[in-house]
Amino acid sequence: MSVTRREFISGGVAAFTVTFVAPSFLSDIARAQGARSRSLVVVYLAGGNDSLNTVIPYTDPQYQIRRPTIFVPAAQVLQIGSDSAGRPLGLHPRLAGLQTIFNEGRLAIIQRTGYRNSSRSHFQGSDIWGTADPLSPSSMGWLGRYLETVPLDPLSGWSTVREVPRALLSKKVSVPGIPDPRTYSFTSPNAEPERTYERVAATRISSHVPVDRPHLAFINGSTTAAFETLDRVGSVSDYTGTIAYPANNGFALALRTVAGSISRGLGTRVYWVQTGGFDTHANQGNLGAGAYANLMGTYNDGVTAFYTDLKNQGLLGDTLILEFSEFGRRITENGTGGTDHGAAAVMMAIGGAVSGGIYGTAPDLNPFPGNPTLENNGGDVTYETDFRSVYARVLDNWLGASSTAILGGNFTNGPAIV
Amino acid sequence: MALGRTGIEHVLRRAGFGASPDDLKSFDDMSTFELLDFLIDFEKQPDDVDANIGNAAYIGVVGRGGAFAPNTNIEDARQRWLFRMVHSRRPLQEKMALFWHNHFATAYSKISGAIPAASATKVLALKPGDLPGPRGQYEMFRAEGMGSFRDLLIEVARDPAMLVWLDGRNNTRRLPQENFGREIMELFTMGVGNYTEQDVYAAARVFTGWNLRFVNRGDDTQSYYEYAYIPANHEPTAKTFTFPIYGNGDTTIPARPAADGEQDGIDFITALAHHPATARRLARKLWNFFVSEVVPPDEATLNAAVSVYLSNGTRIAPLVTFLLRSRDFLSPSMYFTRYSWPVEFAVRAIKEVGWTGFTVDAVRAPLTAMGQTLFEPPDVAGWELGQGWFSTGAMVARMNYAATLAANQRFNLARAAAGAKDSPESLMDFLLDRLSVAPYDKDPRGDLLTYAQTVAAWTGSDAQVQAKAAGLTRLIVGSSEYQIV
Repeated sequence: MSVTRREFISGGVAAFTVTFVAPSFLSDIARAQGARSRSLVVVYLAGGNDSLNTVIPYTDPQYQIRRPTIFVPAAQVLQIGSDSAGRPLGLHPRLAGLQTIFNEGRLAIIQRTGYRNSSRSHFQGSDIWGTADPLSPSSMGWLGRYLETVPLDPLSGWSTVREVPRALLSKKVSVPGIPDPRTYSFTSPNAEPERTYERVAATRISSHVPVDRPHLAFINGSTTAAFETLDRVGSVSDYTGTIAYPANNGFALALRTVAGSISRGLGTRVYWVQTGGFDTHANQGNLGAGAYANLMGTYNDGVTAFYTDLKNQGLLGDTLILEFSEFGRRITENGTGGTDHGAAAVMMAIGGAVSGGIYGTAPDLNPFPGNPTLENNGGDVTYETDFRSVYARVLDNWLGASSTAILGGNFTNGPAIV
Repeated sequence: MALGRTGIEHVLRRAGFGASPDDLKSFDDMSTFELLDFLIDFEKQPDDVDANIGNAAYIGVVGRGGAFAPNTNIEDARQRWLFRMVHSRRPLQEKMALFWHNHFATAYSKISGAIPAASATKVLALKPGDLPGPRGQYEMFRAEGMGSFRDLLIEVARDPAMLVWLDGRNNTRRLPQENFGREIMELFTMGVGNYTEQDVYAAARVFTGWNLRFVNRGDDTQSYYEYAYIPANHEPTAKTFTFPIYGNGDTTIPARPAADGEQDGIDFITALAHHPATARRLARKLWNFFVSEVVPPDEATLNAAVSVYLSNGTRIAPLVTFLLRSRDFLSPSMYFTRYSWPVEFAVRAIKEVGWTGFTVDAVRAPLTAMGQTLFEPPDVAGWELGQGWFSTGAMVARMNYAATLAANQRFNLARAAAGAKDSPESLMDFLLDRLSVAPYDKDPRGDLLTYAQTVAAWTGSDAQVQAKAAGLTRLIVGSSEYQIV
């Protein structure tokens, strides 16, 4: 995996380096456009979300039978109605904020998203979701390819995790990894004016393109992008929001940073936010409580605070949140109160322009032979909606891009979430 | 054959964590192969580095609430490892331990969520004999990291930290748990593409019964977890794979009485360790680690490395020796063709800049900002290496660490540069030389000199030398040229 990542970048260094030395007026243009531009906030639940306990088919008798200790009792689920096949569905009890958003018509739930021959590997799975290419998931990211189509700007993408995910990899655009704007600043062993001299020198030293040493040029590019973004990012570091974001919730605090950037019009088009711990092989908890409930709480509390903050500022209409995970989990719980790697899962879209509701149909959890909603001998949920058709909808109808060019195929039959 | 100073520095950056000025003096008159032998045959050097913890001539450690408790407090365990990287006379031992830590990436946060914090630290870092219980996972890598890979895999499969990390402790006949069975094939040995989902299910059943036992001795520091094979948890039927398990090509591990079922795992691991895809994957990974991430190995070299591994009973030392003694590794064209990991960068900077008055505790937070917290890899695949280390945020963190270290060492640097303070240029040249940085091209060198000359007229006063020595060090250590090794 890392080898292919290296290979692609070394092939793209020339184009890459040009990006970094792009004149700064481009950034100014982007900034000037910023307040008006739409943004996409991708939320990744890392580890493989157990989406049967996120959006729960609580009246399916097999749900409790196959999950005797980890099922959420019907009385606890937060009801959201039924899917088009008439199957009642409910949200996990820790998703109360999302239920409110659903009731406002601003949460779209897309059931059974995935792809044929779903990978059960975290790494291959996340690469497939990142590249939108199940057959050859080692190339550029789908969002990286999108960013190549918009005006160059070192902050057009922003990963709030330090390791920039494959979805944001591009040959031409380097997306910065900035977890915390408060530590994203230039420090010096000396006081002024020496400090300023150092910053000038460091900027110059990294501005050169050592053509005979592309790996060195790559790092120079990263440093240059850092200098180009330091002051803009720094302008967000004191942002606290219009409401209190939950403390001790790193996911929520990352979303607060994103809200700050949106609020101050930095012009970023794609943000990446993630929260981990979803690889729940053991001790998920029972009766709607325990480890999985904590994961749901983290997700719910962060998204709800972010949604409310943007809503308070009239920015909801410019923002789309798209949630996914690299796979769902096995239907039947394992011997340790957890679930192993599965296949199709739920995606969610949230935002002021979202047409809320339930898209797609829930699986029938009865493992009879030939059940078309299951695979792996009835062990896993099989996909109904190709995840790329959701991407396509977002690219075409939200970002104003061409999905067929970016995804390398026609996936325009996706659910009309925006 | 003599390597010369730049060659010695190259070897020590790769097979160790760089060289302090004193290190360089001590290796000065060694030939290339004497130096390599010294590093590879590290068992000949005493493993006594810890005796210097607390000695004022060495980098400091800071205990929490006064006591330094590296066996039971993870922050202190991180400090002890960093201390060893800075000062060990067996640098390759620590380097290999770091390699395996990334390969068998195990994170403290999950373990400490499952067992008490002191126990979680013990299973990762307990130094043998310091407290009751088996050695920590990292100590296992230190002790076994150059031995047979098959044996190392068996140790890993029985390692208490791993049994928690990949849930082996819960793997029972009633409902097998796939986590370890999957990752041992995908990440620890052959790699994706060499096995099927059915193989994963079978592998999970192979390791049923490889569980954990708690030995209660009262408090958390005295109590411990250890491996236990529990026959009642083992699923005894035959397990069939899509690849050969035995030398005769047989792909089925036979049904066995549960009492003998531990042999399933031994047979399976033996097959994985000897699988050609494992050999290739390890050879490539070690090439990238020691020789180059920029220049891939040619096919003949890779094949030679694979056969060294397979013909030496999967022992790692001959493979490492083959790579380090290769013409490729020693060629100047391979110098500075690897991206340093954050701990490599941080430790090398300490060794080259200086440490008197500095502590490894001060390195922990910057390392997290650079993207590498020891005992906390992001997931079981380890860290994203190479260019993956160099997001803008991580690069800012590297530059800021350079500033922190340079500020801390400003007086020491100025003293060391006393003989080079005739002019801004001589000061710059002194530091470029001391810091073993990749060659600066003419233009960036000119930028650096411009900084040294800005703005006041050069007097060579103490204050001026201190400011410029610190500023130049910050710029050099924070420059791209210093991030490659």
